[in-house]
Amino acid sequence: MTDRNSFQTSSGHRGLDLAEPLIFELDSPGRSGVDLPDPPDVVNRLGGLERNADIGLPGLSEPQVVRHFVRLSRNNFAIDAGLYPLGSCTMKHNPRLNEKLARLPGFADLHPMQPMETIQGALELIDSLADWLLTLTGMSAIAMSPAAGAHGELCGLMCIRAALEARGDAREVVLVPESAHGTNPATAAICGYRVEQIPADVRGRVDLAALKEKLGPHVAAIMLTNPNTCGLFENQIMEIAQAVHEAGAFFYCDGANFNAIVGKVRPGDLGIDCMHLNLHKTFSTPHGGGGPGSGPVVLAEALAPFAPLPKVVRGVDGLELLEHGVEESFGRLKGFHGQMGMFVRALAFILSHGADGLRQASEDAVLNANYILARLQDIFSLPYPGPCMHEVLFDDGFLNDTGVSTLDFAKAMIDEGFHPMTMYFPLVVSGAMLIEPTESESRDSLDQFIASMRHLAERAVAGDHDFFAGAPYLAPYGRLDETQAARKTVLRWFPEVQEAAE
Amino acid sequence: MRYLPHTPVDRQAMLAAIGVKDIDALFMDVPEGRLLPGAMDLPHHAGEMSVERSLAALAGRNVPAGAAASFLGAGAYRHHVPAAVDHLIQRSEFLTAYTPYQPEVSQGTLHYLFEFQTQVAMLTGMDVANASMYDGASACAEAVLMAHRVTKRKKAVLCGGLHPHYRDATQTVTQFIDFQIDTRPANPDALEDLANLIDEQTACVVVQTPDLFGRLHDLRALADTAHDKGALLIAVVTEVVSLGAVTSPGEMGADIVVGEGQSLGNALNFGGPYLGLFATRQKYVRQMPGRLCGQTVDTSGRRGYVLTLSTREQHIRREKATSNICTNSGLCTLAFCVHLALLGEAGLRQLARINHGKAVRLADQLATVNGIEVVNQAFFNEFTLRLSRPAAAVVSELVGKGIMAGVPVSRLHPDAPDLANLLLVATTETNTDEDVDALINGLQDVL
Amino acid sequence: MSAIYYTEEHEWLAVEGDIGTCGITEFAQEQLGDIVYVELPEVGRAVAQNDEIAVVESVKAASELYAPVSGEVTESNDGLADDPAKVNADTMGAGWFFKLKISDPSELENLMDGAAYAALVAGQG
Repeated sequence: MTDRNSFQTSSGHRGLDLAEPLIFELDSPGRSGVDLPDPPDVVNRLGGLERNADIGLPGLSEPQVVRHFVRLSRNNFAIDAGLYPLGSCTMKHNPRLNEKLARLPGFADLHPMQPMETIQGALELIDSLADWLLTLTGMSAIAMSPAAGAHGELCGLMCIRAALEARGDAREVVLVPESAHGTNPATAAICGYRVEQIPADVRGRVDLAALKEKLGPHVAAIMLTNPNTCGLFENQIMEIAQAVHEAGAFFYCDGANFNAIVGKVRPGDLGIDCMHLNLHKTFSTPHGGGGPGSGPVVLAEALAPFAPLPKVVRGVDGLELLEHGVEESFGRLKGFHGQMGMFVRALAFILSHGADGLRQASEDAVLNANYILARLQDIFSLPYPGPCMHEVLFDDGFLNDTGVSTLDFAKAMIDEGFHPMTMYFPLVVSGAMLIEPTESESRDSLDQFIASMRHLAERAVAGDHDFFAGAPYLAPYGRLDETQAARKTVLRWFPEVQEAAE
Repeated sequence: MRYLPHTPVDRQAMLAAIGVKDIDALFMDVPEGRLLPGAMDLPHHAGEMSVERSLAALAGRNVPAGAAASFLGAGAYRHHVPAAVDHLIQRSEFLTAYTPYQPEVSQGTLHYLFEFQTQVAMLTGMDVANASMYDGASACAEAVLMAHRVTKRKKAVLCGGLHPHYRDATQTVTQFIDFQIDTRPANPDALEDLANLIDEQTACVVVQTPDLFGRLHDLRALADTAHDKGALLIAVVTEVVSLGAVTSPGEMGADIVVGEGQSLGNALNFGGPYLGLFATRQKYVRQMPGRLCGQTVDTSGRRGYVLTLSTREQHIRREKATSNICTNSGLCTLAFCVHLALLGEAGLRQLARINHGKAVRLADQLATVNGIEVVNQAFFNEFTLRLSRPAAAVVSELVGKGIMAGVPVSRLHPDAPDLANLLLVATTETNTDEDVDALINGLQDVL
Repeated sequence: MSAIYYTEEHEWLAVEGDIGTCGITEFAQEQLGDIVYVELPEVGRAVAQNDEIAVVESVKAASELYAPVSGEVTESNDGLADDPAKVNADTMGAGWFFKLKISDPSELENLMDGAAYAALVAGQG
């Protein structure tokens, strides 16, 4: 009898699991997957800078290219295929309507430097989205251009520095919680600030007393995430805002976790001065294997004048892009105007949900996370008592003395058909497991997930550490050697050196 | 609501399992009076048909570049993207996948990132490239920060032909640290002498080729001077198709090459999302910002790929990171990779020849029109016209005739009245003979 | 005869005459995991006690090394560039990072001996 697992094929393929080399290994010189017309017969005017040396790109036909990338895609997990409980990433469903609308020629085929009268609809879309975001957050102004969350963070902190410099008081320090994401201190450094940490209290929130002690005339800003990176709402946020403002500093809020509170709470009502939004998290634009994102930043009145360029403004002849001549603006962050493709998708999502749907989505996101908390807390170790918001944080306490690490546990989840949760973040607990289901998961989906997690936890606690050390067993690939990748870096393909014939 | 799976029955059952009466019990940490009592006063949910109508109406109020005779460039170029590209990037497993942090179930993404890095290194003539950045302008800013880290020096010289958005992004990101930017004035008529401006305090000199005015630059002598003084040469390429016809910056001695990848695989999209290209020499790889994908093996010895050298990045080095960047351009990067895979060496060279050939023909025809002077001797697919009167007005007058004649330099250099009569004209394989005739006739009419 | 001192940053310093050889401790390499890269100081560089002097990187973390005492770098272990695994395998031997000519021997009094360091590690473990 042939055994499924030890069956070896001659091709290296395994049924629908099809092995695929690099495109460079499929090269046939001169071949192309595109038919182009003959170039005009002219004498070149390249000033003697013709490229004569080969570039080295491989030639493939269209069927080969399609097959190549289809095969590659089959090695990826995706939201469309299953649950991705990645805390802080908000892996919600990416509606296909958004893709259809983003591709309308009236949006996709617009050059950014077209005359204003030919792009009024585009400017109105940006303005419309801006309006929605301002209303949802309860803030005064918005910068639409940042390209991603970290870029939005940079934008917010630059507005703050510009505002302080305008007062003649740039200050030196930014306060960041211990649980903060690594972008926070990195961003502060680019803005010329030193970072000091604020400890958390036993309930996983910012220690207000410790914060007040750290505040002083040298503190420019505090950077907080709310709900925080432990999935908890900072219940003393208004006291925090008050203390920060009394010290003459600004309050930057990292909006990565906005999905917990859209339509339920307005960050502007809590006293924040600026907050970045992640359209690719809260507003469903696709993660695309790592990007592109979009990180607009909402601003309080005090920071609005310093917002980056360009801005969409209403002129006498209609909407226009204000690209120059704003003295107080801290400048431009990137080319052109912002991630228009993501704006279309986000607005489609917002219009589809509406005020009632957005509120319901937040409630369902919080409901789902608490359901998981309630059904797993007897086996997993919960460092901070519930309720949580849209994500639940467990630590590796329950794995003590089992020989199973958070990493091992995560790899075993893969075989169960789930993408692992966020691991080892936030750093404030040991072996963090941050689980965010989002509102897109049905009760059946959550029950399946819970059952698998319970099964794995029981198995780990029972001492089956060898099993976990070898996971995953059923994924297209086993664990990859990250040490080798870093020690002997190979960051591109090289053509093989032809060996001289013996 | 079609995107929310729960029914009221589900919600009730789950609340019971949690042990609370209603959902607001889970929002108990929200300060008094800050929990909104009901849905905000904004439109309620809408079906697909309604949303489609609303957004299609907005789209309908724009003139797509393809519906006019369009000759717009200045850092974004209209190229034909084969149908297979858009189809492949919409596959669920590419579209809805996350960053490949769990490599065992992300080899699809990691495999194409490795291919992309190789393609970019080949195109730019460099040793190694990252997995992309937000766009060309922010990549340029990051390159200058990298030169600062590598050389520990505090000055950068930016050529006058650098795209003002790239200049501005670089100035923005260095404004609060101890670093000075020396931007040379834009002068399309003379090639500036940057070599004299490099000294032992210079971290880098930044040169764009083809530059804003479409001029091509031989970087070899400047590279030598920079290296003699211990400075880095950063080359900027805003039209990546040019690398199919023009000597690569790597061959000319650049230390870092940055650019915009939009021309391959990506629609104009009104300016975003785009993708920044970033390539450098092997010796600088640990100072390179952004994501990097590296080759390795799995437990059964099978070749695979992982994100690597992450210790440079923000989630580990935090304030000592090479950058605060947390992402790459994902799907835009895939689109670039697929398009270039379809083109191949032969296809890219042919595409570049078509672009350049059309530009040569167009420049010759425009040179015969009264009131027009072609400024460039050399160019790739974009060149500068000096008109007999301000270009912005001319462009405006032609819009009504269905012609988008080019980008007036005054839009990018509003404070340089001596540049007001200059128009940047780009042409690609998408321009037809009818487009060209319309442009020529239109300009003849108004000048 | 060499005397071995330890720092709170989990570095060791083996002193023979006026030359000190420095590396990271067993505890440090265990915490870091597989070492993938080291950045070593240039020979001839003068450092003050506690100046940042080297960097050690693993897959998941990067750590600075600080000069345990003031002095001048006389040698760097260039072999680590090709084989950083030596740091894991032989922390006190082949995994040494650099040697210093010690300028102020009285600074050694600020450092811990083996027993004190063992107590520190026990407290942190």
